Amino acid sequence: MCATCGCSAADVRVTGPGHTHEHGHGHGHEHPQRTVDLQVDLLAGNDELAARNRRALAERGVVAVNLMSSPGSGKTTLLERTVRDLGGQLPIGVLEGDQETRLDAERIGATGVPAVQINTGAGCHLDADMVDAGLRALAPEAGALVFVENVGNLVCPALFDLGERARVVIMSVTEGADKPLKYPHMFRTADLMLVNKVDLLPYVDFDVARCVSYARRARPDVPVIEISATRGDGLENWYSWLHELRAAPSR
Amino acid sequence: MHELSITQSIVDTIAQRLGPAPVHRVRLEIGRLSGVVPDSVRFCFELVTAGTTLEGAELEIDEPTGSARCRSCGSGFETVEVLPLCACGSADVEVLGGNGLRIRDVTYGEVEPCAQPADAQRPTSG
Repeated sequence: MCATCGCSAADVRVTGPGHTHEHGHGHGHEHPQRTVDLQVDLLAGNDELAARNRRALAERGVVAVNLMSSPGSGKTTLLERTVRDLGGQLPIGVLEGDQETRLDAERIGATGVPAVQINTGAGCHLDADMVDAGLRALAPEAGALVFVENVGNLVCPALFDLGERARVVIMSVTEGADKPLKYPHMFRTADLMLVNKVDLLPYVDFDVARCVSYARRARPDVPVIEISATRGDGLENWYSWLHELRAAPSR
Repeated sequence: MHELSITQSIVDTIAQRLGPAPVHRVRLEIGRLSGVVPDSVRFCFELVTAGTTLEGAELEIDEPTGSARCRSCGSGFETVEVLPLCACGSADVEVLGGNGLRIRDVTYGEVEPCAQPADAQRPTSG
């Protein structure tokens, strides 16, 4: 028996013929290769951190909402309007995710609401670890509503739980109505779909009903609110949805 | 390219579990409906493992096909579509499998350089 390789961990099973090698001290003997059966979820590391974020937020009565969309669908404009309209009624904080620049945090900060910028560098999505760091910097007060604006991307953010209470996907009518079918992973995790820029509907070829039916193939019964973040259409419904979310018991 | 951070997480998890032991083979399950691209993971694996105990390890990826059941007509079928349609025309379909994303098992060797075997004769001085 080799003094080093007498492994006997409980979850280890030995497979294969092993290999033989020559020791420097002048004799050969066989070291079996060992196979450990892990069965660990590839996203386990992120999911554990997300669960920790969720517990920490729930303990302080903070509700976090993860906003996801393509670049340019109006997330930041919607947030600016939302925090201006609701900021006097309840404590609000914002985490802004972008690859580079502090521009979005500055736009939100100009409204008087605290905002923390998370720059992902090469990263294409926020993960639970980044949100943990962001929440520490933001230090939202108890009972606050925290918006997490994810990196503009309909692919990568879909797989990453951040510890949020709800996931909101924003479509805008200047995009293709078939996006829910093209990016099903994103839409099937959505707790709400906002269809933004409805003030532009007279000028574009966008079939709202078709878009909604596609979204419901990914997530049956997903609620949909049509809004215009610039003109104000539908925002009362969006705010009602947020108030109901805050009033609902945490999951 | 979320595969880069997922692959980094795979390597971190394995290194944490196995310490300094050199890893020879990693077997993953990446379901066809999981939203993760196996070829991207293969590409990232080589980059991410460089200089770690997993450098040079063989990467095996099992890619189970999705399975689904139609809620309208009750039939079960295999699929590679994330939002499958049943042959009966219904979109009211429950996806049952093919979403799996896991590290199945890892084959590793002993820590090098190998310590002197307990049954070896000790060199005598003088």
